[in-house]
Amino acid sequence: MKILGLSALYHDSAAALIDDGIIVAAAQEERFTRKKHDSAFPENAIRYCLEQAGCTLADVDYVVFYDKPFLKFERLLETYMSFAPRGFSSFKTAMPVWLKEKLFQKDLLRKEFKKFATDFDWMNKLLFAEHHLSHAASAFFPSPFEYAAVLTMDGVGEWTTTSLAMGSGNKLEIHKELHFPHSLGLLYSAFTYYTGFKVNSGEYKVMGLAPYGEPKYTQLILDKVVDVKDDGSFWLDQSYFDYCTGLTMTNQRFADLFGQPVRRADKDPLTQFHMDIAASVQAVTEHVVLKLARGIKKETGAKNLCLAGGVALNCVANGKILRENIFDNIWIQPAAGDAGGALGAALAGYHIHKGLPRVVAGGGKDAMKGSYLGPAWEQSDIERRLTEAGAKFTVLGDDELIEQTAQALADEKAVGWMQGRMEFGPRALGGRSILGDPRSPTMQKVLNLKVKYRESFRPFAPSVLREDVADWFELDGDSPYMLLVAPVAEQHRRAMTEDEQKLFGIEKLNVPRSSIPAITHVDYSARIQTVHADTNPRYHALISAFKGKTGCPVVVNTSFNVRGEPIVCTPEDAFRCFMGSEIEVLTVGNCFLKKEDQDESLKLDYKNAFELD
Amino acid sequence: MSFLLELVAFLRARKKYWLLPILVMMVLFGGLIVLSQGSAVAPFIYTLF
Repeated sequence: MKILGLSALYHDSAAALIDDGIIVAAAQEERFTRKKHDSAFPENAIRYCLEQAGCTLADVDYVVFYDKPFLKFERLLETYMSFAPRGFSSFKTAMPVWLKEKLFQKDLLRKEFKKFATDFDWMNKLLFAEHHLSHAASAFFPSPFEYAAVLTMDGVGEWTTTSLAMGSGNKLEIHKELHFPHSLGLLYSAFTYYTGFKVNSGEYKVMGLAPYGEPKYTQLILDKVVDVKDDGSFWLDQSYFDYCTGLTMTNQRFADLFGQPVRRADKDPLTQFHMDIAASVQAVTEHVVLKLARGIKKETGAKNLCLAGGVALNCVANGKILRENIFDNIWIQPAAGDAGGALGAALAGYHIHKGLPRVVAGGGKDAMKGSYLGPAWEQSDIERRLTEAGAKFTVLGDDELIEQTAQALADEKAVGWMQGRMEFGPRALGGRSILGDPRSPTMQKVLNLKVKYRESFRPFAPSVLREDVADWFELDGDSPYMLLVAPVAEQHRRAMTEDEQKLFGIEKLNVPRSSIPAITHVDYSARIQTVHADTNPRYHALISAFKGKTGCPVVVNTSFNVRGEPIVCTPEDAFRCFMGSEIEVLTVGNCFLKKEDQDESLKLDYKNAFELD
Repeated sequence: MSFLLELVAFLRARKKYWLLPILVMMVLFGGLIVLSQGSAVAPFIYTLF
């Protein structure tokens, strides 16, 4: 039985296809259209999924959409009702879009799908799953657990903002929910807005900024803005927010509480105040998430916890849950945001709607195939495409490719690495990555300013061989999806001098904190990806070769894109990004490209090509 | 037509018939707003869509 899941028309459109419960393909539309967080109907992603499965839409048994538009509209109407007459400006903005498009999503989907098949039985084959059930399904069904508690947290779905579900075999039931407007995701987004970053995409910048600050405002937030109960449920004082009735996240009262107006990204500098605010909201988030986790443990006694929803991308909070040892095991869906809802919707259709059995992989393995679920290209196709793009390259054998790339890394070069299938979810995991030497004290700055064209404070993440993770980090488990943060191991840290300790905030950036400074954040933390020989053998071989040369089983791994650009998908995308940034070496399949060999006239100005988050 | 049938089915399933008059009023009111402007393109606000 083939089921196609869709997430679309909101943000991060995606498609996923499962065949007899096995995940065959999943991809985000933005990768094909090159529009970050593209919310359009995911025509390209659907086409790719069907091709990967070797079928047409006619062969698909069900199409499952990841949320219920009527329920969302009900939430909107009831919210307007309860706040009326306030909220008219918001009503005026929302209604035309809803009355012209959003309410008729079913018709829109049918119309768009006609491009794939004209006689599809929409009455019986188009299903809708609730938003948080889709998230919960994406977290539980591919997990390595037979039984687990499932916690989903995000901005808002239809009504739900936080849910607790219990999964057992092929059953999954939602037990408790928190409803709009009380939302941890919206709280984090409110502070993202307040610190001058883009809502819905700049949240990870707030998380990255937090370690530079002191959590001075944590108590103030807990006293005035968020009321957290013993079981982790919470209530937000709406008098500080504007998202129910207005067109911004926070209001004047919110600004007055913290004593500064909203930061304007293009005019106001990032100051210690903003870092302290970031540290404070991060501390509040961790406080709430830990309380929720403890509450779930107390109530269910579950040994395993699965997480999904945008807030589950807060890897610092995830790392805290793990280190507190509340559960024996935790598993986080790598596409925890709305794109992952496409996969969850398909899995919910298969296991919940059809009641078909689920097979747990066993041996602690999950069903995500390393999240390498996107498109790949044959070597001959790569060579043809690169030649057409004007690239000069050498085709190397497997061993020579690994050897030369590892040498380039050891020589502190920035390496573009495009190998095999593209990752599903927001993280690059060694399929579409830019790699660097973590031992280099200048690598973080070089990658941020010359390769990615983004703010210098932004941290980078390490990829480490799974077998060596415990020697380098305070983590002795799997983190294949870069969703756990843990400190660098004591023996690799470098103590700060007295003078260095006096530095504040961003001044600490230039002080090397360990023997792998490029991936060590100012608080000694790192967002870890463990690399496994069975899911990505070529990447594992590369890091092993780098270790052979340097003694270090860690490389810097950042997504293969510049700021504001979707991660590269095709060989042409990779070549364009290579020519538009200061990446020095590029490998695509077995093709090896050096910047100095390339035609100067093909260089691109990428620096200002994409808008900052 | 199928849209209206689905809407009624939805209100029945949710036991929210009381929403119907409000819905009618809002749709009329919203319809006026729609007619008074040409484009349905709106700024992205997290909670509205």
